[in-house]
Amino acid sequence: MTTVQPPGRSLEGGSGGAADRLFRNGTRVAGSFLVIALIAIGVMLWLSSSQAFGTFGLGFVTGLTWDPVASIYGALPYVVGTILTSLIAVIVAAPIGVLTAIFLAELAPRRLSIPLTFMIELLAAIPSVVFGLWGVFVLGPFLGHTVEAWAVEHLGWIPIFAGPAYGIGLFTAGIILAIMIVPTIVSISREVISSVPASQREAMAALGATRWEIVTKAVLPYARSGIVGAIILGLGRALGETMAVTMVIGNGQDIPHGLFDQAQTIASKIATTFNEASVGIQTSSLIALGFILLVITIALNVVARLLVWRVAGPPGAR
Amino acid sequence: MAVIAPAIKPAIATRLLRSRSDRRRAAFDRTMRTIALLAALVCVVPLGAVILFVAINGAPALNLDLLTKAPKALGTGGGAASAILGSLQMIPLAALMAIPIGIAAAIYVAEFSGTRSARIVRFAADVLVGIPSILIGIFVFTMLVLPFHQFNAFAGSVALALLMIPVIMRTSEEILRLVPGSLREASLALGIPMWRTVLSVVLRTGLGGILTGVMLAVARAFGETAPLLFTALGSRLVNVGNFSKPMDSLPLFVYTNARAPFTVLNQQAWGAALLLLLIVLTINIAVRARSFRRNVS
Repeated sequence: MTTVQPPGRSLEGGSGGAADRLFRNGTRVAGSFLVIALIAIGVMLWLSSSQAFGTFGLGFVTGLTWDPVASIYGALPYVVGTILTSLIAVIVAAPIGVLTAIFLAELAPRRLSIPLTFMIELLAAIPSVVFGLWGVFVLGPFLGHTVEAWAVEHLGWIPIFAGPAYGIGLFTAGIILAIMIVPTIVSISREVISSVPASQREAMAALGATRWEIVTKAVLPYARSGIVGAIILGLGRALGETMAVTMVIGNGQDIPHGLFDQAQTIASKIATTFNEASVGIQTSSLIALGFILLVITIALNVVARLLVWRVAGPPGAR
Repeated sequence: MAVIAPAIKPAIATRLLRSRSDRRRAAFDRTMRTIALLAALVCVVPLGAVILFVAINGAPALNLDLLTKAPKALGTGGGAASAILGSLQMIPLAALMAIPIGIAAAIYVAEFSGTRSARIVRFAADVLVGIPSILIGIFVFTMLVLPFHQFNAFAGSVALALLMIPVIMRTSEEILRLVPGSLREASLALGIPMWRTVLSVVLRTGLGGILTGVMLAVARAFGETAPLLFTALGSRLVNVGNFSKPMDSLPLFVYTNARAPFTVLNQQAWGAALLLLLIVLTINIAVRARSFRRNVS
């Protein structure tokens, strides 16, 4: 949108001039506040974690033990836990989310797509801690008795499906995360799909394509990078999600060997131990975990935004 | 591409080919559309399941005691008054900080800044939204807790405000850009200075949409736990007005009581979760239903 350059500028020195300048500078301060806050978060986390990185170097990332008594800190089990839970979440949520977005944007009649969109937005509004409570007392036991028990009994000879099935661990955490990131994937994919020009669809339709052929051969190729961006944004959310995961993942301190093992993610490790940590190398190591998470999520977010912009255009240009 | 080739061949060929391959294509089309419908339904199931179970388990616990009594010694009952009062103090303070900054930043991006700086601020807001909220908690901990050696409710409010600001800024900015330029021109042509034009014409026009963004940010703040863990900490004492001391909040109450090894406390967690869910969903439904109706009409 092109806004008119305020002719107020030509009145400069007039009655509004000084007040206008004050107002404009006030809003500029607020605008810069966001940029400064972002930089400050990065700098503070880096400074607070420098002790840990200084002591352990890059070995911090690959270290296997987290031992406050011996003052040895290694992040690998939590990095692995974070990646595995998020991976489970994306594997489950991406196909369902993208199919749902296709359905809502291309296939559903309005009287179905409007309430469904509404409900998926509500799903995104449910607080993480409520998902966690539901996960501990309802979803966890349910998965433990059904999916996990079945897998352990029938597929238990494959190492990753080895029991026991607690219902609390990697798998449940992954499923909870999947539920939590589906709204992100759906809403952004839907936006991207909606921005595909109608002419693409009409061309396919004129060739006699079915609805589904229009989707797979005209819409999806055009929207592909944006949909990948939507999935990466979902992944970013899964990596940093804290409360629900903390409540259902158990407190495994080792690298998990199977799908149903108890584990720990970066965020859950911080959430459960930060307040008990003594200031010094232990706190610094926990913040260093946070710094790793910060770098990963910011990188993913930047990549994802760029991918979405490629299809839907940068915000403000629409 | 090969699949659709028959459709563009001359009519005779089409008649010969239609029979088998077209029927197969139509069947595939129907199957995939059904699968897409099922996927959409699967997305909605968890919403129903969460609401259902929180309602069933929470309803018996959501009583007058929970609403009015302070927590008692471990495992012996009491209520969630400390948490309710805590949320009702920390969130207004957070909103008080976040609303002016968020809206002012939106005005800067929509009305004053050049394209470049607008893009930078917008980008910063998008990245801030993507940062895990627990890291915001750590950041505020290093700024406002560590120097004073005291967990405090003010730090909790600041952490919540930091989460609300980018949300308020992005939604307000989208709304401000929708306000037609002719309104600004008309106002400026009357000799009204820019700042008055923005405040009483542009902002007034977009007020409904901005309010939507603010309310959604408030709803989000109500449910946030992670940024409060290392700032406001939570407390079993009722704290009214003392922002330099720890304070409880509804989600913190749910979290601590869900992990407690007492059934009574677990039940209180369900009750508080139901209360929390009611607050968050009511705000969301009220706000979204309004904007939905506007979109449809």
